[in-house]
Amino acid sequence: MKTEKVTTKVKEKTNGIETITGAEALLRCLVEEGVDTIFGYPGGAIMPVYDRLLDYEGRIKHILTRHEQGAAHAAQAYAMVSGKPGVCFATSGPGATNLITGIANAYLDSVPVVFITAQVVSNLIGTDAFQETDILGVSMPVVKWNAQVKKSQDIPDTIARAFYIATTGRPGPVLIDITKDAQYEKLSYSYKKCNYIRSYNPVIPLHTRAIESASIMINHAEKPLILAGHGVLLSRAENELFEFAEKTGIPVALTLLGLSAFPSNHRLYAGYLGMHGNYAPNLLTNEADLIIAIGMRFDDRVTGNLKKYAKNARIIHIEIDEAEINKNVMVDLEINNDAKEVLNHLIPLVQKKSYEKWIREFRICDKLEYEKVVKPETRPEKGQIKMGEVVRLVSEITNGDAIIVTDVGQNQMTVARYYSFSIPNSLVTSGGMGTMGFGLPASIGSGIGKPGKKVVAFLGDGGFQMTMQELGTILQYKVPVKIIILNNGFLGMVRQWQDMFYSKRYASTELVNPDFITIAKGYGIAAKIVSERADLKDSLVEMLESDGPYLLDIKIDREANVLPMIEPGASVSEVTLTYK
Amino acid sequence: MNKQEYTISLFTEDHIGIMSQITIILTRRQINIESITASESAVKGIQILTLVVRTSDEMVQKVVRQMQKLVDVLKVFVHTSDEIIYQQLALYKVKTKGLMSGNLIDQIVREHNARILEVSPEYMVIEKTGHKDQINDLLHVLQPCGVLQFVRSGRVAITRQVKELNAYLEEMDEVNKNRPEMIDTIN
Repeated sequence: MKTEKVTTKVKEKTNGIETITGAEALLRCLVEEGVDTIFGYPGGAIMPVYDRLLDYEGRIKHILTRHEQGAAHAAQAYAMVSGKPGVCFATSGPGATNLITGIANAYLDSVPVVFITAQVVSNLIGTDAFQETDILGVSMPVVKWNAQVKKSQDIPDTIARAFYIATTGRPGPVLIDITKDAQYEKLSYSYKKCNYIRSYNPVIPLHTRAIESASIMINHAEKPLILAGHGVLLSRAENELFEFAEKTGIPVALTLLGLSAFPSNHRLYAGYLGMHGNYAPNLLTNEADLIIAIGMRFDDRVTGNLKKYAKNARIIHIEIDEAEINKNVMVDLEINNDAKEVLNHLIPLVQKKSYEKWIREFRICDKLEYEKVVKPETRPEKGQIKMGEVVRLVSEITNGDAIIVTDVGQNQMTVARYYSFSIPNSLVTSGGMGTMGFGLPASIGSGIGKPGKKVVAFLGDGGFQMTMQELGTILQYKVPVKIIILNNGFLGMVRQWQDMFYSKRYASTELVNPDFITIAKGYGIAAKIVSERADLKDSLVEMLESDGPYLLDIKIDREANVLPMIEPGASVSEVTLTYK
Repeated sequence: MNKQEYTISLFTEDHIGIMSQITIILTRRQINIESITASESAVKGIQILTLVVRTSDEMVQKVVRQMQKLVDVLKVFVHTSDEIIYQQLALYKVKTKGLMSGNLIDQIVREHNARILEVSPEYMVIEKTGHKDQINDLLHVLQPCGVLQFVRSGRVAITRQVKELNAYLEEMDEVNKNRPEMIDTIN
């Protein structure tokens, strides 16, 4: 492969205008946008950028992951915990396509990440050149916006647009594809942040009449229920949600990605919604006479059978993305705007109330759920270790003061059910995409995004092995994440479905696992195996009090199922506490 | 679900790839595009795309909202066929021999409001502008004479609404006047 001459002299001043290479300009733009951390992986086409990166030591920290997918997940987690957009680099071809799962994951969960991929030299585009892919075409359905830069002069404006689009309105991933020649060619550099694109209007004028109507509906409701989602966290409206709930006395149920937007131990907390959510909020959705949906999108895992969803309720939908309104559930009143903005205007209009009788219905359900599911799952006295008791213990030991990362499946559902969240944005999980392998790289991004904060990753033995190579990243950057493998030797959630719906025919769900302790040791990570209940608490304390990274391989009841469950096709009110 | 014909008019920035972004919204939901036309609009730098689809009212509202969400799309309108003025253009290449008997050709062209573009000893080319059924009517009439080629363009449509694109653009600029401080609260 032909290699381009490395330009040693990057800066030239001609007639007072500074002339620099495209690669240098890219890094300056990122610094202008407040970027100090990049996750990525180098390769042929992106070498001019990496070459310049070496001179940015101290200003930009580059985290070299072991796979581009890991970089994408880490950048997303970084954005989720830090509140700043994540940035991710990859080279052309396979580097770029390896990002796709991570991009799609960020897209479905509305997380702002700026992906920068390199492209082959512009005159080779379309020729099936070495490591060329049409990444704009490939990524189009899973990005908020993408663009290709073929001329170095266009780099500053495109980067400015990318950050503006990624972070405003409903946030999401954007992708900029920069050809290699645009990286080494020169341009006259100047940077101006973007705050206006004619065809894109993230700030929506407030519809005060709709808010007044909402307040009337709320003030007259007898069994109102708030369903809050990720939008509350994205618009930083946790305090407003808290105030709104306290003033109106309306119980608050959260979606998976909404968890940590409202304290789990609050008297008005109604629980977690969805297929494996709590009993009360699922069952009582169909009892409610008013649903106030805030920053959530009525995902099928939340609604169950749409034909039997919330038929007794009028629905108010507060949502920044107009395309989500009336998409799955037809609503009675739409307020197409930012959650924080709407709540701020709504709070003065609603009456101070309390719904003791209505809340009591939740508590009755909670009691039933506790006896039938929660107690045996979180406080078992005999038998093998349960996932629920591990999560409960970690919740008690950390007292909510940690960033909790999960993978996907039973481990994730158990964390969502039994960890008591008290700090906003303290859960990092893959919601819409349900990407196995998300957990480990996401824990790295979380650790780097919130230095000094304890990061605990709950992973299944299946998901862990999908991105296990990222242990190398933990080793290299000494990220002190605490990894808990809830090891049941199965792809647990799939096995659960085989158990329930496929006559226990365990097709390709049993795993023969390696010795995770030896693997961890190979990466210089402290590790311990736990197979007895008697050792569990002390081992967890020891891990959580340790300074560096730590891996616990906890042997879990092999064939336990997560309950309650809304079976596929069933209504939310058909949520079951028992199986068989 | 009652399916009917909808004309979707999109005003977009003149950027590469926008057509692709729009069509994937439809292909994802397996909605067939009956016709598609792209051209420059009355405002410089702004393209107008006209798509005709057959689907339900509920579905068309959903896809239109997803199109409106695209960063490079300025404004999307959806109309049923009775709400717009629209035309399609068709060209017919017919064997000359078949049409030369008497005044047949003049008669057909006159009756169908068509016109002859080119005549050669082997073939002649006829042009017709109209609605799809009118174009098809002429095709049926010509078929016995031997149609060598037939092609129909996508629909072009003009809306009856009074408010023009310029007014929307001004409105958008108005909304954006107070932008800087509003953006601060979001970031």
